[in-house]
Amino acid sequence: MKFGVVIYPGSNCDQDCVHVLRNVFKQDVRELWHKERDLDGCDCIVLPGGFSYGDYLRTGAIARFSPIMEAVTNYAKKGGLVLGICNGFQILCEAGLLPGALIRNRSLRFICKPVHVKVENRETAFTRFEKEILNIPIAHGEGNYFIHEDGLKRLREKDRIVFRYCGPDGDITDQANPNGALFNIAGIVNEDGNVLGMMPHPERCSEQEIGGTDGRNIFESILNTLNG
Amino acid sequence: MIAKIYVKLKQDVSDPQGIAVKGALESLSFKGVRNVHVGKYFVLEMDEMDREAAGDQVSSMCEKLLANPVIEDYTFTIESNNAGEKS
Repeated sequence: MKFGVVIYPGSNCDQDCVHVLRNVFKQDVRELWHKERDLDGCDCIVLPGGFSYGDYLRTGAIARFSPIMEAVTNYAKKGGLVLGICNGFQILCEAGLLPGALIRNRSLRFICKPVHVKVENRETAFTRFEKEILNIPIAHGEGNYFIHEDGLKRLREKDRIVFRYCGPDGDITDQANPNGALFNIAGIVNEDGNVLGMMPHPERCSEQEIGGTDGRNIFESILNTLNG
Repeated sequence: MIAKIYVKLKQDVSDPQGIAVKGALESLSFKGVRNVHVGKYFVLEMDEMDREAAGDQVSSMCEKLLANPVIEDYTFTIESNNAGEKS
């Protein structure tokens, strides 16, 4: 399968994603500079973490107007798989491909640590695996998910909340919520289920040598979905 | 024309910066501040000479880029920049 990892000025997790897909999963990977307008026939697009355009104005606000975003939007609307990780999630929200917004962590601190998330929907292209609780790192200053009441209702009704911050045993508590995200939301999908945005970094926990492999589940699920 | 644009988080969106500033003001013994909202302030120096046209452009800029309507409200004023040119 061919994966496309989009690189914006200020992306800093792009090479981690490229490495995991290319060297761990042995997939063909295209690095797509944000000025490109063509996705080169990729089967899945990854918007990586980082600080695109220095997070100027708002996180993801300027990246969404990159030339490549038109192609990504068209691709997503046709059902193509798009995975937005951290800054990628912020960009997807700014671009309107996912609802809501990510605002400043309630602590005002940048948080870089492993957390637990509960997999709330295991029917998506990204979450077809057995494991119910993932131990996965976060690294962000703006991960506090917000959506208006009716939007939250719509997400809940359609099972679109995919990951929620939880304790090690899966208890969803305020204490287990690292950033103040509404309803402990760590990741959501769009209405058609082909676009996932998540704050945690699966590419940072896909090899035992660097501390864990829970992130592999997500990439394996994508591959299983693509391989039908 | 000069556009002065204020963007702030909507009333129902938690504003951790505002809360932190309020706490700091209290610790400095400034009393009677009920709430603090931290926002952004933009000044645009525009070529447009017509006030109404400038306002229309600024509304569009706010909707598309300068504010995120999901979480933020904006207000703006349009001023003539004649005074600025003379000084």
